[in-house]
Amino acid sequence: MNIQNLTRINDNEWEIPKSYRHDMRVPVRIFATRELLEQVMNDKSLDQAVNSATLPGLVGAVVVMPDMHQGYGFPIGGVAATEYPRGVISPGAIGYDINCGVRLLASQIEFESAQKDMDMLATRLNQRCPSGVGKAGVIKVSVKELDEVLDDGSRWAFKNGYATQADLARTEESGSVKGADPASVSQRAKQRGREQIGSVGAGNHFVEVDVVEQIFDEQAAAVMGLREGMLALQIHCGSRGLGHQVCTDYVREFQGAVRKYGINLPDRELVCAPLDSPEGQAYLGAMRAAANFAFANRQLLAHSARKAFEETFAGKAKSWHLHQVYDIAHNMGKIETHEVDGRQMQVCVHRKGATRAFGPGAPGLPPEYKVIGQPVIIPGSMGTASWVLVGTEESMARSFGSSCHGAGRVMSRSKAKKTVRGDELRRELEQAGIQVRAGSMPGLAEESPSAYKDVDAVVDTVSAAGIARKVARLRPVAVVKG
Amino acid sequence: MGFEEIPHTADWSLRVWADDLEGLLAESARGMYWLAEAEIVDQPRIKRIFEAEGIDGESLLVAFLSELVYYAEQEYAGFNNFEISIKNDRLKVEMEGAPLKSLSKAIKAVTWHKLEIQKSARGLEVEIVFDV
Repeated sequence: MNIQNLTRINDNEWEIPKSYRHDMRVPVRIFATRELLEQVMNDKSLDQAVNSATLPGLVGAVVVMPDMHQGYGFPIGGVAATEYPRGVISPGAIGYDINCGVRLLASQIEFESAQKDMDMLATRLNQRCPSGVGKAGVIKVSVKELDEVLDDGSRWAFKNGYATQADLARTEESGSVKGADPASVSQRAKQRGREQIGSVGAGNHFVEVDVVEQIFDEQAAAVMGLREGMLALQIHCGSRGLGHQVCTDYVREFQGAVRKYGINLPDRELVCAPLDSPEGQAYLGAMRAAANFAFANRQLLAHSARKAFEETFAGKAKSWHLHQVYDIAHNMGKIETHEVDGRQMQVCVHRKGATRAFGPGAPGLPPEYKVIGQPVIIPGSMGTASWVLVGTEESMARSFGSSCHGAGRVMSRSKAKKTVRGDELRRELEQAGIQVRAGSMPGLAEESPSAYKDVDAVVDTVSAAGIARKVARLRPVAVVKG
Repeated sequence: MGFEEIPHTADWSLRVWADDLEGLLAESARGMYWLAEAEIVDQPRIKRIFEAEGIDGESLLVAFLSELVYYAEQEYAGFNNFEISIKNDRLKVEMEGAPLKSLSKAIKAVTWHKLEIQKSARGLEVEIVFDV
């Protein structure tokens, strides 16, 4: 694949036509500037997007975001919609970390007066939010309780005192995806989940304290409760071992399903089953259960983070409360209604490393966000900015109500480790005023900001393309990583 | 018999080769532990038997490595001695190891991305991508 294979639509949009390869069922639509595209021409992102365009039942186009990078099977930053119920669902196009996502909480604590407490806050967050390889979570649930979590998600957390009604209202799907089927989740997956609920995990997951550095949309920021100079908190994690096992189980099972249904694909990681088949329905139920686990997981971590804020700021700040801005998934399959070729139709939108970005008036949003559009949270890369955006009418029309999900990696983990030392990076970040708590120095090095694209360039692209609108830019001041 | 890391933008990838399928599975396990920077203690020794049925060599490879991912996460155990037999796509592994001393990296899953065991001058060869 090279840039000559692409048709330039405008400065921020490109297309790989369906004629590029005989087995493509739809074209690939790419949101990127030439500079961002050139950064990924050496990896396999676009080849993987072309492979994804062969899934049966696709409608519209496979959409790729500017933070795209090579994944396994489906590219990271990819969105694909299949006709419901005749199209297919592909676990690999959603990913192993089902409902990996980001939660943003805002405070009324001024960074200027709280700066001296950042060291203590980082330590308390590190103590209260377990992170790292295989770490156990803040609670351990019984087999029965786990099934309730899988059924109810954040609603389970609410019933057990870990959430407020406002938290639920400001979570995608109110933190509780309907149609979850705990019986479709294997015992092994449940075993992995029981001990890990309420934990961050490792890799690129984190808990991060930020300062609201700049507001771009006063009205939207006010609705979200974001004020310049105030502290905010992001939680980035997913469904932990439970979700990984659900995906592992169904990708294995679907190796047989593609034979049964006569589906030929260029990559075995893309295996799929018709949405209305027993296999497709079982995966849909299990995936939704894993998504509920992830919502509950982030809710428990938010509860722990609130305690850390209270311990640090009670008696010092007028209000230490953290109120939820939004919680949004970026690895998920959802049945949604979109306009395709001039008609409304139900589709299964696969988003892998792409964020739902519903515009004003879209169904499922709380009343205050129906006016401004759904918040889209774009975490940066530890040491660089994060962004808060909102979805637009354009995102509904052109990207199945989706936008980017982060900066996007550009450097391999092995190269990052060779070029960056974890201890030196930590020192550099601390010199830049960012408190760092990390369980693994090699792990920290792999997540170096230099391994990622320029998040500002990614956000500028989706903004210029009209599929999201800027609301606020956040600057990190404390990071907890596994 | 051996393995080497292949650069991958976001995840980890290994190229593994061995004389036969049994050797390929054992060497893939060693490579995966190497990527995860896993160290095991000397004692106490842990023994496990893993059996699986697959549709081909690739399915057995994924099943076996996924089992090791599970043991690392749930029991914090690693294995360094494998007796592997494969007959008619049925796999039996008698493995011996010990508790992990350290595990720097978490492997979420063993993927099927472009997974294809091929014959080469080095016997059998495969490229594996791990989700991390």
